[in-house]
Parts: sequence; structure tokens; C-alpha cells
Amino acid sequence: MKNIDSYTHTRGESVYLDDIPLLAGTLFACCFDSPVANGIIENLDLSEAEQSEGVVKILTHQDITGENQIGGIIPDEPLFAEHHVHFCGMPIALVIAESDHLAKKAVKKIKATIKALPAITDPREAFARGELTLPPRSFVLGNTASAWKDCTHIFEGRADTNGQEHLYIETQGAYAIPAENGALRIYSSTQGPTAVQRTVSRVTGLPMHKVEIDVTRLGGGFGGKEDQANTWAALCALATHHLKRPVKYSLHRMEDMRMTGKRNPYSSDFKIGLDKDLKIIAYEATFYQNSGAAADLSPAILERTLFHCNNTYFIPNVKATAISCKTNLPPNTAFRGFGGPQGMFVIEASIVHAAEQLGIAPAVIQQKNLMQTGDEFPYGQKVVSEANECWEKAMHLYQNESLLNDIDVFNKSNTWSKKGLAMMPICFGISFTNTLMNQARALVHIYTDGSVAISTGAIEMGQGVNTKIAQVAAQIFSIPIGQVKLNTTNTYRIANTSPSAASATADLNGKATQIACNTLLDRLKNVAAELLHTVADEIELKEESIYIKWQKTDLTWKQLVLSAYNKRISLSEHAHYATPEIHFDKTKEKGHPFAYHVFGTAITTVTLDCLRGTYEVDAVRIVHDAGSSMNELIDRGQIEGGLVQGIGWMTLEEIVYDKDGKLRSNALSTYKVPDIYAVPKEISIDFLHTEKNNLAIFRSKAVGEPPLMYGIGTYFAIRDAIRQFNPKSNPAFDAPFTPEKVLLALYPDRAAELKN
Amino acid sequence: MVKFILNNKEVSTDLPKGTLLLDFIRYHQHLSGTKIGCREGDCGACTVLIGEKKNEKMKYHSVTSCLMAIGNVHGKHIVTVEGVNTAGLNFVQQAFTDEGASQCGFCTPGFMVSLAGFSLQVETPTYEKGIEAVNGNICRCTGYKSIERSIQKIADKLSERANENAVDFAVNNHFLPDYFKSIPERMEALQESISKETEQELKLAKFMGGGTDLYVQQHDAMTEAEIHFLATRNQLQQITLNGNTCEMGGAVTVTEMANAAFIQEAIPSLPAIIKLISSTPIRNMATIAGNLVNASPIGDFNILFLALNAQLLLTDEHQERKVALRNFYKGYKIMDKGTNEYVKQISFQLPDSDTHVNFEKVCKRTHLDIASVNSAISIKINEDQITEAGLAVGGVAPIPLFLTKTSEWLKGKPLNHESVIEACALAQTEVTPITDVRGSIAYKRLLMEQLIKAHFIRLFPEFIQPDKFLSA
Repeated sequence: MKNIDSYTHTRGESVYLDDIPLLAGTLFACCFDSPVANGIIENLDLSEAEQSEGVVKILTHQDITGENQIGGIIPDEPLFAEHHVHFCGMPIALVIAESDHLAKKAVKKIKATIKALPAITDPREAFARGELTLPPRSFVLGNTASAWKDCTHIFEGRADTNGQEHLYIETQGAYAIPAENGALRIYSSTQGPTAVQRTVSRVTGLPMHKVEIDVTRLGGGFGGKEDQANTWAALCALATHHLKRPVKYSLHRMEDMRMTGKRNPYSSDFKIGLDKDLKIIAYEATFYQNSGAAADLSPAILERTLFHCNNTYFIPNVKATAISCKTNLPPNTAFRGFGGPQGMFVIEASIVHAAEQLGIAPAVIQQKNLMQTGDEFPYGQKVVSEANECWEKAMHLYQNESLLNDIDVFNKSNTWSKKGLAMMPICFGISFTNTLMNQARALVHIYTDGSVAISTGAIEMGQGVNTKIAQVAAQIFSIPIGQVKLNTTNTYRIANTSPSAASATADLNGKATQIACNTLLDRLKNVAAELLHTVADEIELKEESIYIKWQKTDLTWKQLVLSAYNKRISLSEHAHYATPEIHFDKTKEKGHPFAYHVFGTAITTVTLDCLRGTYEVDAVRIVHDAGSSMNELIDRGQIEGGLVQGIGWMTLEEIVYDKDGKLRSNALSTYKVPDIYAVPKEISIDFLHTEKNNLAIFRSKAVGEPPLMYGIGTYFAIRDAIRQFNPKSNPAFDAPFTPEKVLLALYPDRAAELKN
Repeated sequence: MVKFILNNKEVSTDLPKGTLLLDFIRYHQHLSGTKIGCREGDCGACTVLIGEKKNEKMKYHSVTSCLMAIGNVHGKHIVTVEGVNTAGLNFVQQAFTDEGASQCGFCTPGFMVSLAGFSLQVETPTYEKGIEAVNGNICRCTGYKSIERSIQKIADKLSERANENAVDFAVNNHFLPDYFKSIPERMEALQESISKETEQELKLAKFMGGGTDLYVQQHDAMTEAEIHFLATRNQLQQITLNGNTCEMGGAVTVTEMANAAFIQEAIPSLPAIIKLISSTPIRNMATIAGNLVNASPIGDFNILFLALNAQLLLTDEHQERKVALRNFYKGYKIMDKGTNEYVKQISFQLPDSDTHVNFEKVCKRTHLDIASVNSAISIKINEDQITEAGLAVGGVAPIPLFLTKTSEWLKGKPLNHESVIEACALAQTEVTPITDVRGSIAYKRLLMEQLIKAHFIRLFPEFIQPDKFLSA
């Protein structure tokens, strides 16, 4: 099944925020944001800007009619700075002008005197100063303190991962339009329309029922528009609320990069203990999360780091502690994987470190410790595991032995070029870890001509969720997918939605759609039974015809729908789905938070240019646990795209803040994401197909986030290749592995000489 | 007044000539298929085709409309995604649909236009050429594999073209709509109407070539500036061979230089060098002279031409003077060039058979990135003796740096690894790198040494034994 959006996408006819036709009288907004990471606003002079051509109004915190607060989980983030700025890029004022150009011009005329205070950018420094976003949390299984004595080998170390810029190609933005009775209609490029609605309501003081949020689609989200879309919508809303005129703000790329948070950087300590058979007996980790200047989604991200601290390995004694540290960076936020990758990098680093010290391949330790069905996670849930199946299949399908042999031969016959290999098994839990968010609603209308329209809380951002939901309806009604249309996501039609996140959007909204469609199907079968003088149990719908016990009748889908309408039977259904079985007790840090887990194994091979310190990914060969994929074309795209994004995070994507907290990698010229030449030459994907029951829609397991973590394998394959060239090299576990770090690791002695 | 054909429609505007084509297309013509991703030529979401009539034939190039002043499209044919749409999906669109190569869809129109350009290329269409056509297009969703599969299908189809005219084949095989066939005739009419107009004299104007850097660095100033459009002057677009001297006009683009057969012949590594520098649409716009006068310490062509000992011919329209590139850079972004002067011509000796040229560049991302350190060498050999050497390094000083001492020292030295090691040590005394977003001081110094070694290992594998560097 092809993506239903392909037709308009490829013709340039899909509508994104900046493509919405403007209403006459639309005004344009532009932010004046803090040039200082930490400081006191001593004076704000708007006089010259106010006189600037085309300026209609300049808003500051004093113009907020509701509450100056946009913090979602913790109310710790003002929309506008009042007296104190906490990060470079924090909004201080908003210029509203007759054109985008004039608004930008006026912003340059705003003068702020800000007394700079020392800025913190490093989470460990923040921790040392007691700057925490929330109290530390720990997950505990068994007892590590008493387990160390049972370990033959114990290793300790540190592992760091940098942040990651989302770089959705469509920047953030919003367009607010006044409606009668003071209501607002807001177009927003958001993954969380309800979060936008709630934030606008809070900032303007309007009740939620007067705030309509409408989203057609996003030009990429990746987590960056889960909570961080709220700011722009709130700013536009506030302006429209004051001026009663439409106000639009579509961010320039550099504004977007400067003002929005990114994947949380982490700095972590680990201690791992193994017995003589290389079983991991004990594992301790402390994660210092860089939350940035406000909590944003960091508390939830922190939680998922703990949930995935053991990746796909069973470890009987675990103590993992996570600390969210407050710094003077833009509030960091959700990014595909949501803290999971940061946790998994640390366990992988500890395994690689142990293997290097023991002089064995990391794969030996990895393989021996893969989870078996029934094993317990540190959070108490027992696993239904496909870890071994994926690993074994990858080993055989891709002939790992001969890959290793080829690499050995290559490395012996080349001086300046070395190859490396790494295995990356993954395990990722599916559900929002905050149990209450695992609910969704769908509204399905069948019109009298037989066409079907569906509204859900799902946001289409490229992941193909609308196609999957359309497939659900088309399959249940047995009609062509062209008869099904997905409507925009709109808070007036579907209320109280969860954001499109946690890989769970198709599951939650697909299941709600399934329930609605099944209810309608039952009604239609009853009508058909009455028309055909039989019982509903014997009615089947197949390819737009009605069957009695496999026997085709003359009754068609369209006739049946019209008959139902004529009989005054409802052709609309609003259904609700809440994931069963899941629960989690935060006071005990135990429970069953995930509907299921997704597994997989990737084998990554790289070639290093040891003269220049550059590298290429030769191949990533994957066996991925898809359950029973309902759309292999879309799922393959998610795996390839997630993998490459993960490789980017681990290799060339380097966020650079200077010590004053100013973003230096602030444009596409200084922040590089993979281009078409940078991706692995080969990506092979094999679906591990299982028929087991699970809670996924049509047993088709969630696929959005898990593949990103295959990218971690590239980091360790590069490390392997470096040590093939220089076996004494022992670089820090510090991602990304930029060409700079690679060259310095190849020649650590010369690098040290040149430093002095 | 700027006049051109936009897709299937003749358009004209009185907007300032520095107005960006992207803004004109989206906000004045309301064609919203062309997307805004970065406004600095680094993402390709705003890619359009620019068609010119040359030797009676239409020639199309992809460019990023975010860096293209409308003054530079005067008298041309501009094609946006709307202009490649046919009834139903065209061949490229269908291939992307079938392979799932469009996810969020925001980058997709740029890919569609780049590949429309590929379908119009006169050269034999290969898979590699297809990839090259989209090397300026960033996609954040797909990981590119589905795009590669689509391009394979597209290249396979185009390879059936044989001797058929590219436009005819593209139209007949549903790559492009019919109106493309009518464009050559309409271009003639357009040229006629334009030739009746007279150019007005501009005062206090800025000189601009491709604009690919000016619009990134001085976006606001440029959109309002009076601009002398150098790229549209025919006399600045010539590449000629005068004896053994190559003379390039100040408006010659990177693509034009890359395609010059006699330069390719004299510098066989040219295609490999070019591949390391920016992307297809930027190379189609950016001029060599622009790269030189941009004076970035980490530019690419200034490093190459320092090694090649290029000479610049500057003019203020009244007087001309020559200056050696090696004497041109005086300090950070300070040049021996008056504000009224522009580069009329760049000239350099083509390397003879004993002279070898190499260019090295390392950045975070190998392609479409700015170097951490780059280096070029031009070196003449007699048996196993170095008789001439020109070595330049970028990213290690406030200016694109010609290593005067090291180059001089190399002259007369034996071609062996000891000479290279000593040259590296001497080079360290000539450079003053700083720590910035492209790397630390230690990295840049180490990388420079490695690139100097790389020159010799690549050019003289028979003389230089790589293993000796490991023990050194």
C-alpha cells in the first residue's frame, strides 16, 4: 500500500503551515530573543522599534492576559522573560508588523540592557551547584551492592552523548485567526494539538473550548514539535487576542535553531560486573541529563532513559539513577527515542569497554546476555522477547562469520584503510510511560455516497500514520482506500488528544478507528441482514459487495450505506480506546508500563580512512521485529530513516554551544545532517515476522523510534576500526564520533604534542 | 523591469532586482510548491530549474531559488514543481510514490525539480548522474535509500533515450508536460522584447556574481541594494586557452569550469575535486571569481588557485590591473581590491606533464560542507627531485594561506618521506589556527600535516612509502 499523501507531496500540492492562503489583513510576528544565556534585564527600550515602519504592536510579558507560563509537566517556563533571561533565544518581546520583512527589521531596533551572569552549559557542573530540574529517580532490581562480590570482572567508566538538532525541514510556526466571541482558530505545525490548545488557553485566559487548533500535516517533527510548537502558537494567539487580526509567525531557520531545544545531551557514569562466563551480574549507572533552562519534557525523557538502561540484556542486579540538571541552554526536548538512545549508549559503552579490557569481541558479551521471554526488566515488567530470534537470524542471514573474515583480510592488507564491525541489538518499549496518555479517540463518518472520512488525534508528519489509519477503515469496510479520507487533526472534532509521539500514534488512533469502524460495521450488517432476510452473523462485506456466507448478493456497499441512512441508522461513530493491561507505580518505580516491546539486531560495518580521519558506513544489515507489518513500504521507510538519523547523531551531527551558552552550530552550514552521499552504501532490512498476539494495531508493531538506535552501532564500528589501526587507542566514549575525534583518536600522541 | 518565463507563463515584475526568486515565486506568484528550508542554499527545498538558450538549444540547470536574485533570471525560463506536473503523476513522481521515497513531503518538490533537471541533461543519463542531480537536496525522513531506488528506475528509463532530443524524450515519456516543447520559440520572442530595453546606469552598486555567498552573509542588504549583475554579462562567461594559459572570465561558474575539456585534461583529478565542493545547484550558480573575492580563509577555489599561482585581472571599467592571487589577501577579508573593482579574468598556467596537482579537504560531512582544513598542491618533479612546489592551506590562518616558506623549501628536495615530514614541521611554523565550530587548534594542525602527507601519498605512491609515516 502506497502512502496516500504521495500524490500531493510529489506535485508540491500538500499544504504546510506557510502554504495556507492568507486572509486579508494578516499581520506578521517576529521575536526579540535574549542574546544572553543567563542575566538580568535592566532595561528594555522599544521606542525606536515601535516607530519602525509597519509596526502595529510590540508585546512583552506585560501584555499577557492569562498566565505567563508554558511549562507542560512542571510550570517552570515563562513565555516571555520578565526580569531574568535563562537561555540565549528566550523570547523577550514580540513585534507584530504589516509584513514579515518589516517585523524582522523592527526587531533589530529593540535595545535591551542585560546584565550577564555566569552561564552553565554542562550538566555535571549544574549538578555540582545543586541546579536540578526535579529530584533524582532510581530504578532498582536485585541488589547491586551485594552482587559485586559475585563478579569476576568489574569495570567502570564514563560515557557522553551530545544533543541533536531535529532539523525538520519545515521550521516551526503558527497562524492565529480571530473568530467570533473572542474565540481563536490556530493553525500550528505541532505534534500535540491539545498541548497547543492548553498553552494558548493558559496564556490568553480563554477557556479551551474557544481555542481551535487545526493541523493538516508537518514537514517533519521527530519530537521537536511535541511541546516546542506551543511557544509560537501562544505568541500568535496572544497577538490575535489583542489585535483581533490574523497573525502569522513562520520561523527563519536560524531563529528556529537558536530558540528551540534539542535532544538532551547526557553525561553518565557506569559500573558493570560480569561473572566468569561473561554473564552480566550487576550494572550501575548514573545519568546526568542536560535539561536546559526549563523542564519541558525532560522529566519524561529521563524516565525513559531509566526504562531502557539495560537495553535488551537481562541483568539481575541493576541500580540506575537519573538526574535532570538545569543549565542555561534552550529547554531540551523530545527527539525520536526520547531518552532511550541516551540510556542504551551507556550500557553498550560499558559492554564494549569490558570486552576491550578482556580482549574479546563485544558481541560475545552481548549475545550471552540477551533477554529471554519471562526475564524481568528493572521496572518489574516481564518481557516477551524476540531478542535472540533477531540476533540469530541476523547472524545467519548476513553470514556474520564471513563478514568478520573479510574484514580481517582487508585490515591485514591495507595500511591506511581499516574496517570495523559492531553488533547493535535493540529493545524498545511501546506506550507512553505516563500511563494516562495511552488513550485516543476517532470519529468516523460514512457519507451517503459511501465515502468515509476519519478524524483522529494523530498528526501526519511523514511517518505514514494517516495511510495506516485509512488502511484500518478500508480493510474493515472492505472498500478501496481511495474511498477513505483522513481529515485534518482538529481539537474541535477530537478533544483531549495525546501528542503524536512514543511510536504509539498508529496503535492508539488506529485502534480507536478500528473500534469505531467495527461498531459501524455491526450496524451495517444488521441493516443488510434485514434487507437480505438473514441474520447479521452471516453477512460479510467484501470489495464493496455484500455477501451471505461467502455468496455474493446484489447489494453493494453504496446501496447498503444509503439504506442505513434511509432507515435513520447513524453512519457516524466516535470511539475511544485506552491501552489495556498497562500500569506503573511511580512511588515504587515498578509496574507494567509497556503494551509490548520491539526488538531487532543490526550489524554495522565501516571503513576508516586512517590518513584523514574520515569514514564511510559500508553496510547496516538489520533483522527487525515488525510483528506482522501492515505496511512494509512505510515500515521500511521508518527503519531506513530512523537508522540514518541515529547514524547522524552518532557521527557528524555536532551541536556546539560556546561557554557563554551561545549556539555556534546555528545554521545548516555549521550543523550537518546526512546527505545522500553520507548514508550507508547498503542498508539491508529483514522483517522478523511473528504471528504472536500483541496490542499493536493489526499486530503490526510500532516502528517510529526503535530503528534510530541501530545507529548506535556505527559509533562502535568506528571505534573498532580505530583500534584496528591503533590498538593502543582508547578514546573516551563521547558521541558523536566526528572526523575530528576520529583523527585525534588515531594519533593520540601527536595530537597531545600539537596541543602544547 | 525583469521578464522571464515562469513555468508555462510569461511574467514580468518591477520589484527590486535583488529580490530573491524564492520570495517572488511563493509570495508574489503564489506558487507554494517551492519550499523554504534554510534560505542559505544548504537544503535544496527551494530548488528550481533555470533554462537558457545556448546555441539554439535550451540548457537547464538546477539552482536554489533562495540565493537567486530575480535580476539573474532576466530573459530565462524558470521551472518550479508546478511546472513539471502533468495530468496524473509524472514518471519521477510515480517512481517516488512506488518506492515510498516521500515521507513528510517537505523536501520532495526540490527532489522533483532536481530530477526534472536530470531528465533534461544532455549527457548520457546514468544512476550516478541522477544521484549527483540531487546532491544538494537534504531529506531528513527517508535515509535516502528509497530515493536511490527511485533514481535507479528513473535512470533506467532515461537510458532508453538513445539519440532522441532530451526535451522530446522527457515529454514523450511523461517526465514533463508538453509546453516544454514550445519554450525555445517563446524564448526567442522574450529575447526580442528584452533587447529593446536599455540598461540603466547604477550608482553605488554592489557587484554580484552568483550571489551564493552574498545572499547568505548580507541577505537584508542585498535585497535592497542596487546590484551590478556580473553573471549576466556574456563577455565575462568565456573560458579560453591562450598558449598554455587558461583564461576564465569573472562570471564563469564552477560547473562551467568543471566542464571545460582542456582543464579536465590538464588536471585529471578535477571531477573528484569538484565533487568535494558544495552541491550541484550551488555549483550551477556560484562563480569562481566570487569564491576568490569572498576571501574566506576556508574557501576552496582560493586554496586551489593559490597552489596554481593564478593571476587576477581587476577592473573598475576604466582601468585594468593584474595582481597575483598569492599577493591578493592582506588580512581577514581584506584584499588588494578597490570597492569599484571586480574580477574581470582569472588566468593560470595549465600544469604540464611533470607538474602534479592535488586537492584535499576534510569536513564533518564529506560533501556539501565547509572544510575544517583543506589544502592544495602543485608540484613539479624531475625524476625523484622536486623542482617547483606551490602548497596552500585553508582553515589555519585569517586568510587563505599560501605556505611561502614551505613551498620554497620543498624546491630542490628529494621526493621522499623525510622531505614530507620536514615540510610538515615547517608548515606548522607558518600557520595560526584558532578553535571554532570546525575544530580545535590541535585538530587543525594535525589535519594539516595529514593532508600534506596525503598529497604525496596520493600523487607519488611509487616514491612515498606510506608505512614510513607510521614509524616516523
